[in-house]
Amino acid sequence: MRTAFINTLLEAAKQDERIMLVVGDLGFGVTASFANELPGQYVNAGIAEQNMIGLAVGLALSGKIVFTYSIANFPTIRCLEQIRNDVCYHNANVKIVSIGGGLSYGSLGMSHHAVEDLAIMRILPHMTVIAPGDPVETALATQAAIKHPGPVYLRLGRANEPVVHQKTFNFQIGRAIPVCTGKDATLIVTGGLLQEAVLAAQVLKTNGIEVGVISMPTLKPLDVEAVLAVSQRTDRIFTLEEHSILGGLGGAVAEILLESGIRLKCFKRLGLKDAYTTVAGEQTYLKEVHGLDSQSIARVIEAVVKQGEK
Amino acid sequence: MQSQELTAFARHLRLRVLNMVSQAKSSHIGGNYSIAELIAVLYGTILRVDPSNPHWKNRDRFILSKGHACAILYAALAEKGFFSPDLLDTFYQNGSLLIGHVSHHVPGVEISTGSLGHGLPIGVGMALDGKRSHSPYRVFVLMSDGECDTGTVWEAALFAHHHHLDNLTVIVDYNKIQSLDRVQKTLDLEPFVDKWRAFGWQVHEIDGHDIEEIQSALLQLPIINGFPSCIIAHTIKGKGVSFMENEVLWHYRSPQGEEFDAALQELQSI
Repeated sequence: MRTAFINTLLEAAKQDERIMLVVGDLGFGVTASFANELPGQYVNAGIAEQNMIGLAVGLALSGKIVFTYSIANFPTIRCLEQIRNDVCYHNANVKIVSIGGGLSYGSLGMSHHAVEDLAIMRILPHMTVIAPGDPVETALATQAAIKHPGPVYLRLGRANEPVVHQKTFNFQIGRAIPVCTGKDATLIVTGGLLQEAVLAAQVLKTNGIEVGVISMPTLKPLDVEAVLAVSQRTDRIFTLEEHSILGGLGGAVAEILLESGIRLKCFKRLGLKDAYTTVAGEQTYLKEVHGLDSQSIARVIEAVVKQGEK
Repeated sequence: MQSQELTAFARHLRLRVLNMVSQAKSSHIGGNYSIAELIAVLYGTILRVDPSNPHWKNRDRFILSKGHACAILYAALAEKGFFSPDLLDTFYQNGSLLIGHVSHHVPGVEISTGSLGHGLPIGVGMALDGKRSHSPYRVFVLMSDGECDTGTVWEAALFAHHHHLDNLTVIVDYNKIQSLDRVQKTLDLEPFVDKWRAFGWQVHEIDGHDIEEIQSALLQLPIINGFPSCIIAHTIKGKGVSFMENEVLWHYRSPQGEEFDAALQELQSI
């Protein structure tokens, strides 16, 4: 995802000198191309994220489209008050990019796990929150963020994520992307777990259970229409995110569904428990630990569907 | 404006603030009064701003990072014609644009502040843009001394020196009193000048109530080309009203009744 992001940003920045990249001394092997080709549009703010956000606001209020770039929680929670008071309150044209969403930096430990960021960014007025599901969504989301006036949080994974979308589609901020349909249940997924969701649906299909998958890259503004439409088609809805089950996609979808008055047979949030990860492990391993791999997801959905059939 | 006019302007601003904070029953008169001469000189002669076009591209950027001293800025902006002075009577009131920490929704205000340590990083970004785009505008950030407790001030100070932001000037209102106690008894900033110099800034110390010293310092910027400038203004919290001067109490206390009358009388008798 980070490659798709930086390539897209670099190409756009060559055409538009208002685009700037401000990094917090991170991006080894990623941001050098931008720094070398467009030094006048690049700044390394050092390990000083609060100042990074402040200066991004100063640049943005002077007419620039500013992308701040760092990893995990450094560009978000560490400088949250600057994002709240300076970026969001001033509706500044600052795009905050975090690499390493969820458990991407597995063995580096909890300091490098971004698992509360979506909930926290989502509650800030003026903030748009996007967690693309694959490199295709990442490139399109980057282009959309450039065009969108105002604050955006772009939450990415790391490198070498598989391309999930094989067909072309129209990407719009605030619009869900249907991946496949299924009558028994719907799985709404945000971010890098898109691949696991699609695999889970394939596993379930071989077991005779049809699950629709909807990619929801934009958490805010949430595609309310798509959520309500899905609830008309299937009465079992699951949400899936590499994030705490509190306040992220699951919370956002639950808010819509409960207020709509729609009665479902089942609504379940799949995500990280309200607890810290205290063991080392690769992202793949940690996803299994937390039940966020395709097999675990399939098992949960299958159990719910079969329970309903009894 | 001539020196005498600037002195009168500062006195006028103090009177405005007295009425505003008294009517609003609000705090922070001490920190408003310590910057009265600084604000008077900035808006009287230094800042290139256009009240009829607050967003003029090449305007000087002034950031009041000690946003709790907003009353005197609002008063100065009204006096300059950014908005009607009648609006000052609504300070703090239900539905008013004049919030108790400076608001960018008010014409002429660049940035909303209130949480300390936010102004300088934003000013640094504006100054960097000015440098890279070869714009003529200058950036001024007025901070409190207590604000220099925050790490963001020093993050931004490092950055400004590294990027040679000589279009950026910090003015520190060094009144030596913070919220609960004296600076020296809270987190001592001394040797304060040395700290800024060690961070690569050019520093000028002035008497922050001496109109001519302020003018002279602000007319000779940058202090040295290629370096950000820091003006450390030695001031007195509550300056202008004898019983408020240099008293911790007047960070929070609002003048009411006899205190209001006494303050009014003193300011009018100057």
